[in-house]
Amino acid sequence: MVASTIKTISIKHCNFEAKVKTAGSGPPLVYLHAAGGPIWDPFVEGLCGRYTVYAPHHPGTGETARDSIYAVESLWDLLLIYEELFDALGLGAVPVIGTSFGGMMACEFAAHRPERVSKMVLLDPVGLWRDDAPVAPYMLMPPDKLVATLYKHLDSPPVQAALKMPDDPKQVAVITADLVWALGATGKFVWPIPDKGLKKRLHRVKAPTLIVWGEDDALISVVYAKEFAARIPGARVEIIEDCGHVPQVERLDVLEPLVRKFLDA
Amino acid sequence: MKVTMFHFMPYRDLPADFPPKGLASAWVDTPWWQYGDASKVTDYYNWSIDELMLAAKLGFDGVGLNEHHQNPYGFMCNPNLFGATLARMTRDQGLDHVALVQLGATISSCPPIRLAEEYAVLDCLSGGRLIAGLPTGLGNDVSISNGITPMEHRERWREGVDLMLKAWTAKEFFAWNGKYNQLPKVNLWPRPVQEPHPPVLIPGAASSSTWDYCHDRDFPYAYLSYFGGKSAEQVMDRFWARAAAKGKDANPYRASFLQIVGVAETDRKAEEEYGKHVEYFYHKLLHLPIGYISPPGNADYKSLLNIFLSGKDLIQISDFTVDLKPLKAKAMIEKEFVVVGSPATVRAKLEAMAKRLNVGHLMVALQFGSMPHAQAEKNIDLFGREVLPHLQKIWEDQNWENHWWPKTLRKRGAQQRERATA
Repeated sequence: MVASTIKTISIKHCNFEAKVKTAGSGPPLVYLHAAGGPIWDPFVEGLCGRYTVYAPHHPGTGETARDSIYAVESLWDLLLIYEELFDALGLGAVPVIGTSFGGMMACEFAAHRPERVSKMVLLDPVGLWRDDAPVAPYMLMPPDKLVATLYKHLDSPPVQAALKMPDDPKQVAVITADLVWALGATGKFVWPIPDKGLKKRLHRVKAPTLIVWGEDDALISVVYAKEFAARIPGARVEIIEDCGHVPQVERLDVLEPLVRKFLDA
Repeated sequence: MKVTMFHFMPYRDLPADFPPKGLASAWVDTPWWQYGDASKVTDYYNWSIDELMLAAKLGFDGVGLNEHHQNPYGFMCNPNLFGATLARMTRDQGLDHVALVQLGATISSCPPIRLAEEYAVLDCLSGGRLIAGLPTGLGNDVSISNGITPMEHRERWREGVDLMLKAWTAKEFFAWNGKYNQLPKVNLWPRPVQEPHPPVLIPGAASSSTWDYCHDRDFPYAYLSYFGGKSAEQVMDRFWARAAAKGKDANPYRASFLQIVGVAETDRKAEEEYGKHVEYFYHKLLHLPIGYISPPGNADYKSLLNIFLSGKDLIQISDFTVDLKPLKAKAMIEKEFVVVGSPATVRAKLEAMAKRLNVGHLMVALQFGSMPHAQAEKNIDLFGREVLPHLQKIWEDQNWENHWWPKTLRKRGAQQRERATA
């Protein structure tokens, strides 16, 4: 396990006390987590070998105060928080990787401040809508259906490892409450339809972009890979076979070299 | 005690095999085009209005309505449509003793200023007989059927109530610069007849934050449970303990309770006649998953933590302590989820319940589930003649003032009631 610290940064906007998990060494890279809250998985861990990874926690999740989400009233608020955070961390133009909800936020930020994102990697991002391929209503699913929707191979060792809960029921209770709250706190910016105008803003993105999608993503159909690619100038798409919504868990072996190659190029 | 006949206005003809395997919820997910028949709904709505009017004629103190969406459990999308109908019909028939208990319109998913107007209209139309229910509403109604972000649900409700109260009472123009409502100049037309505003009523499902909200503002609380007086004891004990802690008296009129009731000539007959409608209600209409009632963001973090730490889910907190599907009507009658029996049995059970829970308002659902119109009329008639007069006397020997009932209807005593129904 790479040593990590939690940086606390006071943001003026919304009086938000930001928490950023920081680890690794090398040039900076920003990692934005999914709707379920911050997860430090082998993919992120691997990035730390070559980068100083900054992983901000969405308001209300991770190490942030749970109630801090109430003051963040709009997507605009959230973007201004990210902008202030980038300033505070001294990040100029940096690569940003976002997964699912984090992918949407990466796009929003890259459209808002194109010069601050040097490269962008999107893993099965949310943020666009097609009537013929609706994004699954993940906030309304019971837990068993949600995990069955997220992963193609529920029984595979990496998925089982990702889903493993501690033995202590108290810890499980806290993890469960945190997960539901994280879905609510991120849901504030995607409910009830995750189409908040990103399609009009994506043309502003300047960063070379890699769009990665699990071919069998049951949460957000792989058809969205093309939708993102059609709107982000010069974006490249990589479809990962035999993989659901979370390639960093299900097919890390394929994802890792793809991302490495793209970032090194 | 004030007794209100409450109506869900359900879909009464779902097939016997409903819900089919794989249908996650009777709410939101039941396809209208597969199960719904609009011509039947013509009957349902009109029967329901007739059933409530029958209750009014038999001397009930109030008639009660609510709001739900996209489901066969009860589909009054706007209770004020029906409230307006009842306001006029009761007036036409000289039934001016009847309060309109609107339990009520869902504030978080409708412009509150519009609801303030509609309630004012009802109060004017009825000559000051409105009780203005201010429910937070179910997560599925507000967030799924009406698309409101779950995390904004309660905030919108709090702001909406404040706006409505100010719109009813302000003696000056005002601008409203809220988080969810911005209005340049508020000058409500009409205002309610009742001064300073109609009595309000806050329905809830055993949330302590709602009790505090009520006690802090001297608002009455309606506990909406489908699990009967026994399971409500612990909840109402805590409600009253909270009242005492805040220096409030134990005036029973601070509380309302909702109860499903079936009356027939004998206990056995009642069980036979109502059993299948009880099962229809609990097995089919209450088929509603927790993720719909409370989508993520709806319950605050502290509540979530309490729920998961106590090992209970949200449904259990609302006293859904059992899996309903395997329970037969007989068991539900024995557990007193429903009060079903002869007039003597129902009288005794409801009196004991009202006294044990210390509630001054009882709302009885006398048509529930698949119960056909004729049977509902029989139930209302038997209840109205054999049970109601007895219940209305409860608390009359004590000198509590009912601050939460329309002023002109408060003092209606036994003699007047007898004259009205003679």
